[in-house]
Amino acid sequence: MFGWEFPPKIYGGLAVASYGITKGMVEGQPDAQITFCLPKPCGEEEKFLRIIGMNQVPIVYRGHDYNYVKSRIPDYMTPEEYYNFRDHIYADFSYMNVNDMGCMEFAGGYPGNLHDEINNFSIIAGVVARSEQFDIIHAHDWLTYPAGVHAKMVSGKPLCIHVHATDFDRSRGKVNPTVYSIEKNGMDHADCIMCVSELTRQTVIREYHQDPRKCFAVHNAVYPLPQEYLDIPRVDNGKEKVVTFLGRITMQKGPEYFMEAADLVCKRSKNIRFCFAGSGDKYWEMVDLAAAKGIADRVHFPGFQRGKQVYECYKASDVFVMPSVSEPFGIAPLEAMQCGTPSIISKQSGCGEILDKVIKVDYWDINAMADAIYSLCTNEGLHTYLRDEGLKEVAEITWVKVGHRIRKLYDECIYHGGFLH
Amino acid sequence: MKKICLYFEIHQIVHLKRYRFFDIGRDHYYYDDYENERSINDIAERSYVPALQTLIQMCKDYPEFRVAFSLSGCGLEQLEFHAPQVVDLLQEINSTGQVEFLCEPYSHGLASLANEESFAAEVKRMSDRIKELFGKRPKVFRNSSLIYNDEIGAQVASMGFKGILTEGAKQVLGWKSPHYIYHCATDPRLKLLLRDINLSEDITERFTSNPIMADQWLDWIASTPEGENFINIFGELVTFGIFHPLQSGILDFLKAIPALARDRGIGFALPSDLCEEKSVGAIEVPYNISWVDEERDTSCWLGNVMQREAFNKLYSVADRVRVCGDRRIQMDWDSLQASNNFRFMTTKPGYQYRGIYDSPYDAFTNYMNILGDFISRVNNLYGGADNEEIDGLITMIKNQGDELAAKDKEIERLRKKLEKYNPTELEEKKPEPKAAPAKKAPAAKKAVAPKKEPVKKAAPKAKAVKKEEKAPAKAAAPKKATPKKK
Repeated sequence: MFGWEFPPKIYGGLAVASYGITKGMVEGQPDAQITFCLPKPCGEEEKFLRIIGMNQVPIVYRGHDYNYVKSRIPDYMTPEEYYNFRDHIYADFSYMNVNDMGCMEFAGGYPGNLHDEINNFSIIAGVVARSEQFDIIHAHDWLTYPAGVHAKMVSGKPLCIHVHATDFDRSRGKVNPTVYSIEKNGMDHADCIMCVSELTRQTVIREYHQDPRKCFAVHNAVYPLPQEYLDIPRVDNGKEKVVTFLGRITMQKGPEYFMEAADLVCKRSKNIRFCFAGSGDKYWEMVDLAAAKGIADRVHFPGFQRGKQVYECYKASDVFVMPSVSEPFGIAPLEAMQCGTPSIISKQSGCGEILDKVIKVDYWDINAMADAIYSLCTNEGLHTYLRDEGLKEVAEITWVKVGHRIRKLYDECIYHGGFLH
Repeated sequence: MKKICLYFEIHQIVHLKRYRFFDIGRDHYYYDDYENERSINDIAERSYVPALQTLIQMCKDYPEFRVAFSLSGCGLEQLEFHAPQVVDLLQEINSTGQVEFLCEPYSHGLASLANEESFAAEVKRMSDRIKELFGKRPKVFRNSSLIYNDEIGAQVASMGFKGILTEGAKQVLGWKSPHYIYHCATDPRLKLLLRDINLSEDITERFTSNPIMADQWLDWIASTPEGENFINIFGELVTFGIFHPLQSGILDFLKAIPALARDRGIGFALPSDLCEEKSVGAIEVPYNISWVDEERDTSCWLGNVMQREAFNKLYSVADRVRVCGDRRIQMDWDSLQASNNFRFMTTKPGYQYRGIYDSPYDAFTNYMNILGDFISRVNNLYGGADNEEIDGLITMIKNQGDELAAKDKEIERLRKKLEKYNPTELEEKKPEPKAAPAKKAPAAKKAVAPKKEPVKKAAPKAKAVKKEEKAPAKAAAPKKATPKKK
């Protein structure tokens, strides 16, 4: 598998999904062995799968002795592996900017020179594909598609790509042509396209002109909360109710609709507060908007939440709202439900396809959104129902099931030559 | 001779409009006029009119043909307003003398499960309405969606009905057959007519998916065991045309029934005819049954917490609405009670039709917004007096009413007794309202205590004492009005 993020380093939903998919497969299928290629592992990843740090794979020959190599590479890798990779260097990359080990450095995350990193990642993937034994290639998100395609070219093994998001979701239709071309190329070469929702699948079919026969919706899941998070007490807000938005404050997530709905609610009720957790390019715009609407005293901006804080935030909320304009999947409502917080999601969210015990509204329908918020805050029955039934529903959505579904698709690719016949 | 008892329900709800919470307190009109007019006209045109015309023709062609109907008040109001031709047709079919109109709660609501007095008041209203429209007071009752339990049975019997229609639900019948007449376990005067689920649903549910011929269907009826004589086929009138489109041939099926039945020696009967038959035994129904879903219970209206919250909240003001006397409030009360509103909130799998709502939560939210406004309007009538105070007063009024009624009866009885002995003395004793009003206050406060106590005590005593007590009670009547106008 090629991936860009993996816990414990989390930049966004991709890391969580990558973890869930691999862990679900390993738990559910004892015969599955996964090698996960990351640009820059931090060394603290869980050991249920094999991690290859792409920044440790040589692409230029360096004649170091065993002990030197041993002292230079991290402990999740052996010098034998290093030598094995070194034996499979396939072209002269000495013009590139490599270090004393013949490896390239990665900044990790999403730096300014992202496109260079993607390209480097793909070059190294060629070495890895030549040196490793595997049956199938699985590339997560567009950053790793070139690597996946390269690996397929080298090895001839089937390629599955996992569409966690498309540029159409991120840009509301105004795509970046470079990104689009990378995505399109990856999809064209893929034997199987796994989309995180039917919504994304339709985008892939419509906007990227892919054959519907090889596109499949493979919905994400959630892991049961660890005890540490379960033990966080639910905050009793007394008479006040707290309605929370949690996510990047950016166009895709529709924060302005949430603000409009908040404004409508604030006009009619005195005991509902709004929490805007997260950061993003629209952060200051939202702060200004709250002030302009005169509801700044009821809208709070706690900023970016990390790790345990996220769950504390869910547990302190009475209602969770995800008004995304376009959300390929959106794992946040599932997490909120795990914490016993009923959710309102936009109909344009992929997770709505597998969730029933949530309120779904159109992201632009601020009246309906306000109405749903008010109803959840004032009607005990609705709140109780969605809380209890939501917990049950979300407990049924497991990564192991997702893993089995992925495995079926793999088997189809490996043993029956894909879907296009 | 086997007899088929055909009965069809005519009910349409008043559709509620999209009502946001910011409308609460500003907008007191709750209805979707367009949808109401459209849907009732559509239903009248596609279903009620052709079905009734067919039935009228059948009545004319076959003098032995019988059919019964019931109307909900809400449905009737809508028909009168938007599609009066249906009411005309009903009167036409009524004039053949081969039909019977049954009584049901005015609102098609669940009052029978919540509030006895409201239920009784609604039934009374509907009964009056039927009398007014069709000239006859109904003798047989059917509750909304055939909801029934032993308590409802007892109450319906006490209202003077001879019979009640309900579901031949497996959980109460067990091995018994619905083809006999049974009686209510708590009041033997009330006959139970049980719907034959299979034969009814062959028409109402499965006609399109699994079409049958009329002769085949009547053969099934004819082949029921000896002695099982009463086949109750109950359904909604919209079966013809809405549940099953007319092109499915369902009206031809209906038309063919009387002639084929004649060939097989099967007759027809009205529910009130069946109530004259002898009952073969009591049926105990400790839990609610109805004709809805596989469970045949009330879970589709009161199955989840949302539905129960809405239900409890609605009926929490039942007493206030009943005694308030505000026409508009009472009209809204009728349409809010309709059980369909609760059905829209069901979370049971497989239920598709939700009116204007796209999810149960949406239906619940909209309904609760309207209910919020409605309840605040009701409470405003009482000047914001707190619940306990008002409930106390309502109980007091009710108890005093009961007391008065009991005393009136007692007086009547005593007076008759007295007349026998001494017709002249009565006249002399009459003017005696000397009791001080002060005496009434403590009596009223006590009213919450067992209400019949004073009557029983008074009974053996001389009538003079009775008179004394009656006077203050009458005086209390004007006081009824005071609390609500505060």
